[in-house]
Amino acid sequence: MEKKHKTPAVSMNKTTVNNLITYGIVIVAFVIVQIVNATGNMSSLMTGLLVPICIYAIMAISLNLTVGILGELSLGHAGFMCVGAFTSSVFSLSTQDALPAGIRFFLAILVGAAAAAVAGILVGIPVLRLRGDYLAIVTLAFGEIIKNVVNVIYLGKDETGFHFSTKNAMDLNLSENGMVIMNGPQGITGTPKDATFLAGTILILISLVIVLNLIHSRTGRAIMSVRDNRIAAESVGINITKYKLMAFTISAALAGTAGVLYSHNLSALTATQKNFGYNQSIMILVYVVLGGIGNTRGSMIAAVILTLLPELLRGLDNYRMLIYAIVLIVMMLINWSPKCIEFRKRHSLKRLLGKKEVA
Amino acid sequence: MKKTLKKLLSLGLAVTLAASMTACSSGTANETAAEAAGTEEAADTAGTDTGASGGAVFKIGGIGPITGNNAIYGEAVQNGTQLAIDEIIAAGGINGAQVEFNFQDDEGDTEKAVNAYNTLKDWGMQLLVGAVTSAPSIAVGAESSNDNLFQLTPSGTSVDCTKFDNQFRVCFSDPAQGSASAQYIGEHKLATKVGIIYDSSDVYSSGIHDNFIAEAPNQGIEVVSDEAFTADNNTNFSVQLQKAQDAGAELVFLPIYYQQASLVLAQAQQMGYEPMFFGCDGLDGLLSVENFDTSLAEGVMLLTPFAADAQDEQTQNFVSAYEEQFGSTPIQFAADAYDAVYAIKAAAEQAGITPDMDASAICDAMKTAMTEITIDGLTGDNITWTADGEPDKSPRAVVIENGAYKAMD
Repeated sequence: MEKKHKTPAVSMNKTTVNNLITYGIVIVAFVIVQIVNATGNMSSLMTGLLVPICIYAIMAISLNLTVGILGELSLGHAGFMCVGAFTSSVFSLSTQDALPAGIRFFLAILVGAAAAAVAGILVGIPVLRLRGDYLAIVTLAFGEIIKNVVNVIYLGKDETGFHFSTKNAMDLNLSENGMVIMNGPQGITGTPKDATFLAGTILILISLVIVLNLIHSRTGRAIMSVRDNRIAAESVGINITKYKLMAFTISAALAGTAGVLYSHNLSALTATQKNFGYNQSIMILVYVVLGGIGNTRGSMIAAVILTLLPELLRGLDNYRMLIYAIVLIVMMLINWSPKCIEFRKRHSLKRLLGKKEVA
Repeated sequence: MKKTLKKLLSLGLAVTLAASMTACSSGTANETAAEAAGTEEAADTAGTDTGASGGAVFKIGGIGPITGNNAIYGEAVQNGTQLAIDEIIAAGGINGAQVEFNFQDDEGDTEKAVNAYNTLKDWGMQLLVGAVTSAPSIAVGAESSNDNLFQLTPSGTSVDCTKFDNQFRVCFSDPAQGSASAQYIGEHKLATKVGIIYDSSDVYSSGIHDNFIAEAPNQGIEVVSDEAFTADNNTNFSVQLQKAQDAGAELVFLPIYYQQASLVLAQAQQMGYEPMFFGCDGLDGLLSVENFDTSLAEGVMLLTPFAADAQDEQTQNFVSAYEEQFGSTPIQFAADAYDAVYAIKAAAEQAGITPDMDASAICDAMKTAMTEITIDGLTGDNITWTADGEPDKSPRAVVIENGAYKAMD
C-alpha cells in the first residue's frame, strides 16, 4: 500500500527492470556455465544437458504465451516442436553438402520456425474463432496426428530431386547414390549436430525479447484484454481472432525453434510417444503451471529445474521416478496452495526487509 | 516517447550483451573445445587413477529402458549383463582385473539415452553394452564415436546402430532378419504366395518388412497382401487377415512382437483361416503370453537366435542361473546381453587391454580384437564379427511343436 504514491513513469521502469532481470538471469547463467566449463569442472552429464535445458526453456516461454497471456489451453505443443524438428532436419540433411554449417543451422532455425508457424495458423484459423476450450481439444489431436503423419512419410533425395512415398523406402525408387532422408517410423538419422549451448542461449534471449516486448506492447494489451474480458474487448473494436491467431502463431513458431534445437542435438530423430506425444505436451504445461501462468521468467526457471531434476536423481536408481513425482506434487503445493501462499506472504524476504527499513 | 526510448534502450542493451557474448565465445570457441578435450583426458586419467588405487577394475556401462514401454527388454538386458558380469567376477575377472558394472535407464528415449551415456562417462565407463533399442543406440553412437569409446549393442537392430567403427552388435540387423526370412522361406519352398502383417509405426517391424519385400522377388516369393497396423490400433487384425485370406496367401509373415502375434493367431482361428505363420525373433515369448491358448501356436515358425528351452548345456545353465537369480525365464534380449559381455571379455583378452589404459586406447585395441575373436554364445555357435560391426552367425529357425520349440533345418 505504501508504494501507491509512485509515479507511472517509475512503474514503467519497474517492467523494464523486471525484463532486464529476466535477460540478466539468462546471461549470468550462460557466463557461469562458460566459466565452469573453462575451468574444467563441468561433468559430461551437465555438458550434455545444456542444450536440452535451452530447448525446454524455450518451450516453456512459448507455451506461457498461449496459456498465460492468450488464456487458451494448448495440449499439443510438442506437436509444433515435432514439426519444427522434422522440417529443419530435412532441410539440414538435404543442404548438408551445399551450405557451410553456420549458415545452414541459421536457415534451419528459420525453416523450422516458419513450418511450425504455418502449422499454428492452420490449427488456429478454425479453432480460435470459437469460444471455449476447443483449442485444447484440437491441439491435443494435432499433436497425435502430426506424430502419426511423420511416421508414414518416406522421403528420399538423389540427383533427380526429391522422392516421396507413404508406403516404404523401396517405393521411393532412389538411384544408386540416393539418400533416404525420412525413413517412416525409423525417422531421420544423421542430422548434423549443430545445436550448441551458445545457439540455445541466443534463441532463449530472442524468444524472451519477442515475448516480453509483445506482452508490454499495444498488441500484448489487446491480447490480454481478450483473455480477461472478451465482450469488453470486442466492444472497443478489438479484432479478437486476429490477436488470438497472432499470439498463437508466435507461440507455435517458438516451439518450432525449440524443435530445431532438439533435432540438431541428437543424431537419431524419431517421433515417439515419449518425445513428441501428449505426455511431453503435458510436461511442458507443467513447467508453465509450476513457474506461474503468465510468468515468463518463472516458467523458464521451472523448465530448467524440472529438466535437471530427473537426471540429478539418477543416483537413486529405480526410486527416482517416484521421488520426481513427489517433488512435483510438493512443488505444486508450495506454489499454489492458498495456505502456502499465505505463509509465504507472511514470511517473505521482501516483507522482512521492508520491516527492517521501517524500523 | 519516453516509453519507446526505454524499450529501445533495454532492447539495445540486451542485443549488445548478446552480441558481446557471441563475440567472446566465438573467439574462444576453439580454446574451449581444446580445453574440453583436455578435461576429458584429465577426467580419464583421474578415473583410471581411482581405478588403480581400488585394485584396477574395468568399468563396463549399460544403457537401456527399465521404465516405460520397452522396460521388459531393458530389464532383460540388464539382468543378462549382470549375470555374465557376476560370473566373470567369480571367475577372476578379465586379464586378471576385476570388472564393475553400472546400468542406466534411458526410458527408450534418445535424449535420455544421451544423458545416461554422459552419466556413465562421468562414472568412468571404459566399455559400453548398449543401448537396447535402435534409436537410442544411434543417438548414443554419435556421442561414443566422438569420444572413441567402445560400444557393443546387444539388441539394436537398425542398420545405423553400427554406423561408426567403434560400434558392434550381437543381434542380427533388420536387413539380415528380413532377407534371411525371405531366403529361408524361398530355399525351403515353404510357400510362394505370402501375406504380411506388420506394425508400420514400429522401427523393428517396418525395418524387417522393407527388407523382406526387397528380397522376396529374388526367392520366387509373391507378396499377395501387405497390410500394416500401428501402435494405436493393435488389437483387431481381422481386416488384415481377411485380406490375406482373400488374396490366397499360403503363408503369413509376421515380423511383429509376440503380444500382437498372439492376437493374430487367435483371430485367424476364429475366422477359420489356417495358413502357415512365420515370424522373426520378436515372436520369442509367444508361449509365455498369459491366457493364450498355446495350441494356437502349433506349427508357427520363427527365426530366433535363442530359445529358452533349447537342450544344449550352455543354454540350460544360463536359463537355470537366470531363473534362480531373477525369478523369470530369460528372453532373447537377455541372451544377447549375456553374449555381449562374453564377446567383450574375449576381445579384451585378445587385445590384452588393462584397466589403466584410457577409454580411447581400449577402444582402438578392441576394434581390431573384435574382428579376430570367435565365440560360442547362447545366440549362435562360432560367432565372428566383421570390421563394420555385424555379427556373422547362422540364423536358427524353430517350429513350435507340442508347446515347445523344435529346431528346423
